[in-house]
Amino acid sequence: MIRVVLPAHLRTLARVKGKVELELEGPVTQRSILDALEAKYPMLRGTIRDHGTQQRRSFIRFFACGEDWSHESPDAPLPEAVASGTEPFLVVGALAGG
Amino acid sequence: MSNVRVLVGTRKGAFMLTSNEKRERWDVSGPHFGGWEMYHLKGSPAEPNRLYASQSTGWFGQLIQRSDDGGQTWEPMGNEFAYEGNPGTHQWYDGTQHPWEFKRVWYLEPSPTDPETVYAGVEDAALFRSGDGGKTWQELAGLRSVKGHLWQPGAGGMCLHTIILDPSNPNRIFVAISAAGAFRSDDGGETWRPVNEGLKSGYELPDSEAEVGHCVHNIAMHRSRPEVLFMQKHWDIMRSDDAGDSWHEVSGNLPSDFGFPIAVHAHEPETIYVVPIKSDSEHYPPDGKLRVYRSRTGGNEWEALTKGLPQSNCYVNVLRSAMAVDSLDSCGIYFGTTGGQVYASADSGDTWAPIVRDLPAVMSVEVQVLS
Repeated sequence: MIRVVLPAHLRTLARVKGKVELELEGPVTQRSILDALEAKYPMLRGTIRDHGTQQRRSFIRFFACGEDWSHESPDAPLPEAVASGTEPFLVVGALAGG
Repeated sequence: MSNVRVLVGTRKGAFMLTSNEKRERWDVSGPHFGGWEMYHLKGSPAEPNRLYASQSTGWFGQLIQRSDDGGQTWEPMGNEFAYEGNPGTHQWYDGTQHPWEFKRVWYLEPSPTDPETVYAGVEDAALFRSGDGGKTWQELAGLRSVKGHLWQPGAGGMCLHTIILDPSNPNRIFVAISAAGAFRSDDGGETWRPVNEGLKSGYELPDSEAEVGHCVHNIAMHRSRPEVLFMQKHWDIMRSDDAGDSWHEVSGNLPSDFGFPIAVHAHEPETIYVVPIKSDSEHYPPDGKLRVYRSRTGGNEWEALTKGLPQSNCYVNVLRSAMAVDSLDSCGIYFGTTGGQVYASADSGDTWAPIVRDLPAVMSVEVQVLS
């Protein structure tokens, strides 16, 4: 069971409270997490990564286990703590005021 | 008795203001989608409780929301706005070429007859159409072939902000783009031609009468006379009596002919409204006086409407989509400001009163009459 923390506005959009839990098969990567997330919550498509290019939106960052994974390959394996559900995968809105 | 519903889009959410036909007491609902930029909300004329809304932020991009119960509940629709093919480049502020990039939806125009059909004007400028209630969107890409490489962004971006569907001819569509100009299609959006003859932009363009590149801010039409168009250009109030084929200036005695919105009275096709703004960099009313100007002669002769509006120390702006008219017998006029006020007049502009005073900056105002 993978646990994902979404920004508040995306939790509202997806109509979830607290962490999102996802079942994944195969390698646990940013891409596989986001694929599963968007399959379960299709309204999130286009809000985290671009529809066409699948690139991370520029004001979105990905954190895990105290590290910034935003610029890592989307196919790089995430830490075992994320894969095992011990630690969450964090989708974060960039610190940009507002 | 009819009810009135005003749809207000702001920098931090949407609000709905409702009243009866007296328009004296108002209920305020909102913020809906708090924290999001709500560029535009508009109801379907064919099914008034169907509302479409454009919701966006820099973090999470563009969403389209739809309500089928007058705004009580909303469902996210499709948000994939893919340009057809390679959109290429357009002109940047400094005259160099710049890649076309989708940023947001500025304007939504539902079909007058089919609640499933809705048009979206987007930045970077393009027109999209949905035939399934907003679930999927297809670009009407013929528009960009009208010298799209010469279009350029205005201060707000390169946005398609005005869509007018001709009520007498379902194949005729007008759009306006900052800064590209006005365009017309006579075949349902497949092919387009610029309709900018007569516009003069001597301080903005090297060729002041160029075919494209003019910073058109807003266009309005009265449904009984679809050949007559009124335009608020960057500077200049313009009028066309031949569906945009030619334009002439009707700024007349206005204190400034810079501004953003323009509207036509619901029952008097020669009565039009603008809100003069001091200049292209001083985006506030001249002399700190918030005045709507009304012409009952289709332009040239204007009178200031001031009763109930602040006449000192007022330095707000009124954005291009932030003025609307209702269709009640005594025509109502509404506008919202960047200072968060929404003003209403139930007597064609003679007197005004604020419905609300302290919203986030208002980006758009639309009004529905519900029987």
